[in-house]
Amino acid sequence: MSDAPTAASVPGPISAEERDELRRHGILLTSVQELYNWGRSHSVWPLNFGLACCAIEMIAASMAKFDIARFGSEVFRPSPRQADLIIVSGTVTKKMAPHVVRLWNQMPEPKYCIAMGACAISGGPFKQGYNVLKGIDRYIPVDIYIPGCPPRPEALLHGLVELQEKIRQQPLRGPDAPRHLRSDLPCDATVPELGATDIEPPFSPDVWKPPTLVRPDKA
Amino acid sequence: METPEALRDRLLARFPGASIELVPNGSPSAQVSFRIGPAALREVACFLRDDAELALDQCSNVTGLDVPDREVVETVKESQPGAPGGPPVVTERKQTRLQPGHLEVVYHLYSVARRQGPVILRARTGNRTDAVTLPSLTPVWRSCEFQEREVFDLFGVVFEGHPDLRRILMWDAFVGHPMRKDYVEPDDYEWEPTPHGDVLAKARRHYPSAAAPGAVQPSP
Amino acid sequence: MMLPDPAATGLARVRKIEGDALGLRTPAFAPTEGAGDLLEVSLGPHHPSTHGVFRMDVVLDGERIVRLKPVFGYLHRNHEKLGEATSYLGSMPYTDRLDYLNSMTNNWAYALAVEKLAGIPVTERAEYVRVVLAELSRLLNHTCLAGFLMQDCGCSGTPLMYAFREREKILDLFESLSGSRMMCNVQRFGGCRVDPSAEWLAATRRLVDGYGAFLDEFEALLSGNEIVMARTQGVGRLPAALAVNAGITGPMLRASGVGHDLRKVDGYGVYPRFNFRVPIGRDGDVYDRYMVRMLEMRESIAILDQALRDLPGGPILDPKAKQRGLRPKAGEAYGRIEGPKGEIGFFLVSDGTGNPTRYRVRAPSFVNLTVLEDLCLGHTVADAVIILGSIDIVLGEVDR
Repeated sequence: MSDAPTAASVPGPISAEERDELRRHGILLTSVQELYNWGRSHSVWPLNFGLACCAIEMIAASMAKFDIARFGSEVFRPSPRQADLIIVSGTVTKKMAPHVVRLWNQMPEPKYCIAMGACAISGGPFKQGYNVLKGIDRYIPVDIYIPGCPPRPEALLHGLVELQEKIRQQPLRGPDAPRHLRSDLPCDATVPELGATDIEPPFSPDVWKPPTLVRPDKA
Repeated sequence: METPEALRDRLLARFPGASIELVPNGSPSAQVSFRIGPAALREVACFLRDDAELALDQCSNVTGLDVPDREVVETVKESQPGAPGGPPVVTERKQTRLQPGHLEVVYHLYSVARRQGPVILRARTGNRTDAVTLPSLTPVWRSCEFQEREVFDLFGVVFEGHPDLRRILMWDAFVGHPMRKDYVEPDDYEWEPTPHGDVLAKARRHYPSAAAPGAVQPSP
Repeated sequence: MMLPDPAATGLARVRKIEGDALGLRTPAFAPTEGAGDLLEVSLGPHHPSTHGVFRMDVVLDGERIVRLKPVFGYLHRNHEKLGEATSYLGSMPYTDRLDYLNSMTNNWAYALAVEKLAGIPVTERAEYVRVVLAELSRLLNHTCLAGFLMQDCGCSGTPLMYAFREREKILDLFESLSGSRMMCNVQRFGGCRVDPSAEWLAATRRLVDGYGAFLDEFEALLSGNEIVMARTQGVGRLPAALAVNAGITGPMLRASGVGHDLRKVDGYGVYPRFNFRVPIGRDGDVYDRYMVRMLEMRESIAILDQALRDLPGGPILDPKAKQRGLRPKAGEAYGRIEGPKGEIGFFLVSDGTGNPTRYRVRAPSFVNLTVLEDLCLGHTVADAVIILGSIDIVLGEVDR
């Protein structure tokens, strides 16, 4: 230790550097938040749910060459009740959209959503189709967007790692706490109905707003 | 296999009252087809399937076609007696005529047993609104079952004698037939400045404010 | 054109157990009357064994299926409407996404239809490259299908792992050739977009040479496996007459004993130059459908051998062949090829403009589902799952 006053001499939370220093000496210090998030981030169980082309790459990611098990997410659950993560892998059609949103609502909190591929993000190449939903984020809050058509399995793994990082950063208290620890935020997404020409409502105002068309500086 | 002309003549000899005409094909594929009047369609289909020479035992593909109403501009020549002794004065007048549209169903038939084909059948509906009924060929070839349902769903042709005529790709409560040329899709685009003219025009309709110059880019 | 004698097609390799070793074989369907209420179950659209967003509305009498209605459209992404709104070339990448396991054969079928419509000749080298790519695609498809089918049988993991291991090897080839793993977009009207290099051909040769050994391993694991046989033999029998009438094509038709393969019947491309056999089944059950695909892969290896051996030089694509702004004369054409799942055809109607007025995809998986109810009646739900698996559907193609 040098003679200069350090942060450690002042009472207060210890910094990450000091914690790392202590770890090198075999002393493990952690916080409930860190431990909790560490555990959650390394056991994200995805829903066994494929929609289209991207689902094949999702399967490929869980197979030998790419081996999603390295990241603790090989346990694809067929039931939404046991899943932490929905990977929307493919084109969401309007006919399918109510089912996807219902699956999301059936998943217990804390839950996360990855929009895999151009179609799940925005409708992708099929954006101009009359039966294609222009992005699942119109109904479900999406945590990670993975572009590509389809994204490579590595891209999915990268998206998963990013999601883990996001989970690790989540504070357990305060205004930035995740949805499942706050009583003021709704957990359920609006399930659209199949109407005569389109699905109703065309988007859920809670999670999505149409793009504004005037630049803020010109408004 | 016999030539299309020979087959047409054979069909006409077998079904004297039926309307059977050869539809030429201008493309190098030279796949000519037979337009059959709806009244005789099913008998002709059964004949083609059971005929020993043709043995068209597989209906491979069933397709709908939409031919919308269109205005045809015709030039009409009228001659009036001109000056005495001179030639008659010919005036040309353009008049527009509404050619009514129709829906068409196309069947591609092949023979698995005799390895030949295709023989292409077409049938036309009377119009696109109230006379859209055609006989179903599902009782002749099972392969038509889902494909005719699809034509019903997306084009609106009603197949008489189909065992289970429901919408197949769109949901049951859906109104309209999306594959028709005049179908208007739900206008649920976001603004996307793509070079495709149609998309651009559609986006401008959706967001009138975007049509104003200088205010076209969405903020993220 | 004549097919080889069915007895010589390798059918003798289809092994059968005559006895019912495990007592698992489904007895004949006998509906019980007044025995109790019928139970209606909706399988799908989110179901791990429906191969995507496919739904079956099933009515059960106890364990037995008495009615089964497939429900489509959960992946109806308006392929045909988009095809009519875009140019002829613009539809080519969309065809990749039809049967997303086999972009190579989809491309070929579409290119063939346009070539018929516009009368475009194909270069010699491209014809061979198309055969190579299509047969690689067939290997990929059948291998994955076997893996998925075993997954449906409840054999979770191992066969699918093996299948995807091999799939990655083929995808590496596709990627190094086209730049994309799945959506290759390789074919153009009159040829191919890319010319395979000598290194690529050598790598393909190495893969083809090793594939037989993989199939031996795979078949040693599965084909004679007693549980596989007990689960699949006698399940979902499809009579030949019904198969033909219902428009069934591909390995499913051949498993019912009909030797109908468009590579022989139409002889498109340069297939008549290759020496290969068409395996056919005897009973048309799930096992035969599995076995026919296994045998077909052996024939694909033979075709690949010959195609790689005889691959000529020359241009891969005539630079004068029009791609962008293609405006075929008014008319129509139906082009079809033997895809891994059956007859994939494109029906195009041109009115002389740059976009087709009608763009229709004849999808084999869609038509092959016509007989799903017939196959499943009297079986249990667990059998319906493997029957569906043996039909080999891809929803991108079923719903388009």
